[in-house]
Amino acid sequence: MAETLLSAPAPKLTPGLRAALPVLALLAAGFLAPLLTVAAYAFATPKSFDVFRSFTLENFAAIFDTNNTVWMSFAWALALAFACVVILLIVCYPIAYGLNRVFGRWSGLVSVLFVFPLFVSENVRLYGWVLFFIKNGVLDGALKWFGFPGGPELLYTPGITLFGMVYVYLPFMLFPMTLGIAMIPRDLVDAARDLGANRLMIWRAVELPLAMPGILIGALLTFVLSAGAVAESKILGGQSVITITQDIEAAFTYAQNWPLGSALALILVLIVSGLALAAMARLDLDKILGKR
Amino acid sequence: MHTLGETRSRFLIRAWTAFVVLAIYLPIACGALAGLSKGRYFAFPVRVLSGEWWGKTWDSFEIHVLVQNSLLIALLVTVLSVLFAFFGALAFARYPWKGRRAFQRLLLLPIFFPQPVLGLALLLWFNALGISPTWKTAVVAHLVWIVPVVTLVIAIQVFSFDPVLEEAASDLGASRLFTLRTVTLPILWPGIWSGALFAFLLSWGNFPLSLYTAGADSTVPKWLYSKMVAGYTPMVPALGTMSTLAAAALLLAGGLIRILVRRRMR
Repeated sequence: MAETLLSAPAPKLTPGLRAALPVLALLAAGFLAPLLTVAAYAFATPKSFDVFRSFTLENFAAIFDTNNTVWMSFAWALALAFACVVILLIVCYPIAYGLNRVFGRWSGLVSVLFVFPLFVSENVRLYGWVLFFIKNGVLDGALKWFGFPGGPELLYTPGITLFGMVYVYLPFMLFPMTLGIAMIPRDLVDAARDLGANRLMIWRAVELPLAMPGILIGALLTFVLSAGAVAESKILGGQSVITITQDIEAAFTYAQNWPLGSALALILVLIVSGLALAAMARLDLDKILGKR
Repeated sequence: MHTLGETRSRFLIRAWTAFVVLAIYLPIACGALAGLSKGRYFAFPVRVLSGEWWGKTWDSFEIHVLVQNSLLIALLVTVLSVLFAFFGALAFARYPWKGRRAFQRLLLLPIFFPQPVLGLALLLWFNALGISPTWKTAVVAHLVWIVPVVTLVIAIQVFSFDPVLEEAASDLGASRLFTLRTVTLPILWPGIWSGALFAFLLSWGNFPLSLYTAGADSTVPKWLYSKMVAGYTPMVPALGTMSTLAAAALLLAGGLIRILVRRRMR
């Protein structure tokens, strides 16, 4: 993209475009080009490295073959991602509301407490949950110590995989949602109350629509990230659920079938970026990020 | 002022937030405990606490190499991403130009993208270019994801900045560079500082991108993962806790420096 911009017949370089060039070049070379490579590999001969030299639909035929159960991985990944978004909407809303309206001068500190885990590798945090739930771990050991028969066997189930996703992606829902709720003007809520609206009506007719852009970004972000998640099902879920990213990874590593892995990745990317672009087209980023 | 119902819901919101914060830090605490307990296998309640595994981790040559790799990658990513993102943020928020809205959306795409898939895509691309993956390719991979994040962080600061100030400086005869140094940078400094902290910490803790793009070079999160999957030793939680504490110390120091600078500038 940057190359075409530079080689185009002397486009007028506005200050904005000039400032954007380094980032555009980085994204062209580090984001668009890799995606095009994936797309090219997806049409290469299966189990070969003949990229750009062969064209075949065999990889897609293999994926859509009725004997292939890879659609299960897609179904699991999308279902888990959807459940994760729904749970996070419920978990985060009160907190996001609190950060805007309840915590006052403490909200800065509370935000930092929620940001910090982002800087700890997700596998370290997920492994902490393994230590918590494992046999003779913190939960099991504590229950036994109090004389109970021991903790429930929660590890290595689909449920704990979902729990891990909710845990890891919480900040990605919370912060866009907080920005969204910050967009609700207080006077509007007061006005609605003075006019006799009850709390549910205010929430439905005033607060929710105004906060929607932020909530939408949060939902989209968490859906996309959890649809591509892999560490949760590997570390906590003990592979009781195989997500699509794990299939892609297996095709790239053990199976050494890069074309098949690319075809799977391409389908995932199309689902994910289709959603992202559709939702983003409706958002005004200037307003959300606080342009005056 | 508040009605009874409001007081109750405020209390519930506080209690729920406290509960979620506790849940967020619970696994980190479990890791710290496991790293400090004596013996090869973790069992709760911990009978004897000891610094044995911390000592072993601290002295291990293998770990020193990992930490050096992670530090080197994170430092390079910090410097480069702040340079990219500074101009990116001006394009995102400061200048009205034709492609701005498209640019804003393009910039968000790498953030709205599953990182393991991005890592694999980069691996394919490097392979097609004939570059064998090392820590240097990991730097590129981190940049693709971190530059957009840092750009957003700085852009928020740019939005609160009045371009009239820059124009005033140039009307009064200041050169471009002089305006940048004396007007633009000091105003944007808090955003740049936060962006740099974000860049360092996100790179330091990143796992999915490093896994596929660092080749034979290992980083702290990558090593931890390989030992979690096969060959657990208490060095895993010990190193995990050390890395967490280092990140926390850096975040704290970064916050303090920001406060001190703000005081001095007043």
